[in-house]
Amino acid sequence: MKNNSLAQFNKAFENRIRLQIMSVLVANVSYDFNSLKELLELTDGNLASHLKALEKEAYILINKTFIGKKPNTQYSASEKGKTSFIKHLEALENLIKQQKIG
Amino acid sequence: MEEKDIHSELASIRSLMERSSRFLSLSGLSGVLAGIYASIGAFWAYQLVTDKYNSLIISDSYAENPNIYHVLYLIAALVLVLSVLTGILLSIREAKKKKEHYWNPVSKRLITNMAIPLAAGGIFILILISKADYQYIAASCLLFYGLALIAASQYTISDVKYLGFCQIILGLLAAWIPENGLLFWIAGFGVLHIIYGSIMHFKYNQ
Repeated sequence: MKNNSLAQFNKAFENRIRLQIMSVLVANVSYDFNSLKELLELTDGNLASHLKALEKEAYILINKTFIGKKPNTQYSASEKGKTSFIKHLEALENLIKQQKIG
Repeated sequence: MEEKDIHSELASIRSLMERSSRFLSLSGLSGVLAGIYASIGAFWAYQLVTDKYNSLIISDSYAENPNIYHVLYLIAALVLVLSVLTGILLSIREAKKKKEHYWNPVSKRLITNMAIPLAAGGIFILILISKADYQYIAASCLLFYGLALIAASQYTISDVKYLGFCQIILGLLAAWIPENGLLFWIAGFGVLHIIYGSIMHFKYNQ
């Protein structure tokens, strides 16, 4: 494994769940907290902590609204988040190519 | 990271992106059943019409017998309700089999995007009926249904759009040759549904 490809790997995406959250947000305009929780089969606390980490990197945008009295939080991928996600996937693909050559 | 790990990682990302943006639990079997209901309904309607008038052509002579319209509306409503119910129930069953939630952002988007052209079409057909203008009803059913399928295809199995294109072509033919409207209607809602549903069943539900 060569170092230059490793450098492109994104620390924020080392965690599988964060990568999964980003793939859902990149494929959709936005997704709400509960639907994300059901789709990825996570607990409230677990999902919230990963979302917080992605928010800290400014990879996701948060839009809090209310439906009646219930809070409805919508998450979407920021431009920065989308670019980083695509770069990470490219790095993974390059790694496969390099291993095939090596 | 091993190569096969990366492959499985990429595959799981791809599957998640697809599952989160498309509702994939549509049942091919419900298409086949809808086709069968439509064929039985159309055959029944055809018998009623030919028994009394010996002709497939929907003409103003029907206005002399308002009862036959009531029976025809009843058959149409019955076919519609049965098809929609079968579609919903079998999709829910399919989603449960895959252990997926059937009421999620994607299924909501799918339903709204289908409902808009269908509601417009439904109201348009009611207006035609209220004006006793019957010759373009079959064409309108096919056209609006085809448009609804194409709108829906962005949120489900993308093959649905081919069914939509076929329905639109049949709708245009039915508008061109309104005397044979019922035949095009049977071809679209009956035959095409059965063929398409079987293909989908063997392609995705096996």
